Amino acid sequence: MSQPTRRSVLKTGALFACCGMAHMRLARAQMVEGGALSVTEIADGVFAFAGIPAMMLARNQGRICNLGFIVGSDAVAVIDSGGSVAEGKELIAAIRAMTDKPIRYLINTHMHPDHIFGNAAFAATGATVVGHHNLPRALEARGEFYLKSYRDSMGSALMADVRIVPPTQLVTGEQELDLGGRKLKLIAWKPAHTDNDLTVLDEQSETFFTGDLCFLGHLPTMDGSLRGWIAQLDTLKAIKAKRAVPGHGPVPAQWPQGLEPEERYFDVLARDIRKAIADGVPIAKAVKTAAQSEQGNWQLFTEYNERNATAAFAELEWE
Amino acid sequence: MTLRSTFRRNGVAAVVLLTMLGATVSLGAQAQSAGGPEPATWNSLKSDVFGQKTIEPADGIISIEAPKRAEDAAIVPVDLHFKTDAATGRLKAVTLIVDENPSPVAAVFQFGKDAGVTHLATRLRVNAYSYVRAIAETEDGKLHMTATYVKASGGCSAPAVKNPDEAQATLGQMKLRVFPSNAPGTESMTRATEMQLMIRHPNNSGLQMDQVTRYYIPPHFIQGLTISQGNRLIMSMEGGISISEDPNFRFEFNAKPDEDVKVDASDTKGKKFQDEWPIQSSTL
Repeated sequence: MSQPTRRSVLKTGALFACCGMAHMRLARAQMVEGGALSVTEIADGVFAFAGIPAMMLARNQGRICNLGFIVGSDAVAVIDSGGSVAEGKELIAAIRAMTDKPIRYLINTHMHPDHIFGNAAFAATGATVVGHHNLPRALEARGEFYLKSYRDSMGSALMADVRIVPPTQLVTGEQELDLGGRKLKLIAWKPAHTDNDLTVLDEQSETFFTGDLCFLGHLPTMDGSLRGWIAQLDTLKAIKAKRAVPGHGPVPAQWPQGLEPEERYFDVLARDIRKAIADGVPIAKAVKTAAQSEQGNWQLFTEYNERNATAAFAELEWE
Repeated sequence: MTLRSTFRRNGVAAVVLLTMLGATVSLGAQAQSAGGPEPATWNSLKSDVFGQKTIEPADGIISIEAPKRAEDAAIVPVDLHFKTDAATGRLKAVTLIVDENPSPVAAVFQFGKDAGVTHLATRLRVNAYSYVRAIAETEDGKLHMTATYVKASGGCSAPAVKNPDEAQATLGQMKLRVFPSNAPGTESMTRATEMQLMIRHPNNSGLQMDQVTRYYIPPHFIQGLTISQGNRLIMSMEGGISISEDPNFRFEFNAKPDEDVKVDASDTKGKKFQDEWPIQSSTL
């Protein structure tokens, strides 16, 4: 079987290929009939799906984050499974539209439901689930809560098939996966977006799947350590890549320029919170005003900024 | 022995156990609360905590503030203000409850006789759409209740520890802040002073299942806390798992200059934590 060539396979994919970023945002929510996610081949053998900037709901079936897969000579690696088993199945259908090579790895970039609720769809593929060494613990602490709380927002029908499937192959530091003449470099990060962030670098095409260590458009969310995230930005920037697939936002994104908006947001948030703490402003009051100057720059700002400010306050108070 | 005395003697643990066993009841009632806040859970929980005692409306004796929405499910700030007079007598205790949490009784605070605590702020885990309520007991033994409704956080926010490795590494560290008084030139020996006590602790829920053994990981939380100045009690707390990680208490009380503030805490693994801070009159 021949190597996949750079092509736009699906209808919306063709649209992505010839239009600028602005149009991609409009098109990204579209689904292709026949139950396959509309993926774009962003580099030779590297495919990505762009999620919509929204909360996970029944009507979007949790399709809110970016997903991808990489095809080597022998096998396929998938990066994140999506926000529902329904989306996971559509991702498998998109893979099968490109190649019949076995899916050897399902890599989870971190614990959040939009990235892992599709894991159960991959059970039948025999893929090994790969994750950060902290991911099993994080899912133990949250799995049952996630299953229960998302029944409210996504509906019990969509949630009926969702299972918490923890990784069995764990990454500490760095690890290499071989897809047959194609090596993927996995890096397990210190606490940042979460305490279980994992990135994937396809060395052949120099495509970098950042997981939620990079947000574009969609406001970043804090569920790990703001200080840890800021401290690791320079190491992230130093990753040599031609393009990135952020956890949320346009696909592909420029690298490392794609980190600039979140870096600015983090600086503003940390500055405002540190000042409030120094001034003795109570947490309940401080979170109402922190980083409000960033409001116009992000989608889902009102949904997540106060939460970020709350987590940041509780963390920075210990400095 | 009444339920009331059971509760007093065995503290929060008894209620934690009771409510863990009754968790299915809480889940069933949750759907109702989400639609319209009918306090069904509270109606069944009330007798477990307070027996058949009458609970009166707060009537200004105690008031509660919490955000309408739990932005971060693990850290929901809650503020309690107390206002007592000669008729009601002083406040003896306050019980803080999150109806829909697996372990609803977050904490029971007891106040020292002349502590004069007028304000107490802490942070809670809020798992679901829930009432957060505070029940004050005045010196005459009467109970007074206030409540506010908190919507659960949206998105992927969970009431879990964000950075467990760091929580473990810094376990038991304490920090005390004294906020400058806004009444310069006051000469009285006692006056309301605002302080904030922070304790590093994961305050683990213990409701997490070990995926390999299928057993629940034992809870690990601060269960006892005493804050005193000199020889007098400011307040003590019996805590549960609904208090956020790194328990945090900001409070106003009648501080005496030049007497040390001392904190004693203990957790469910039997660890004891202690710290002491000198309070100079210039800082008050």
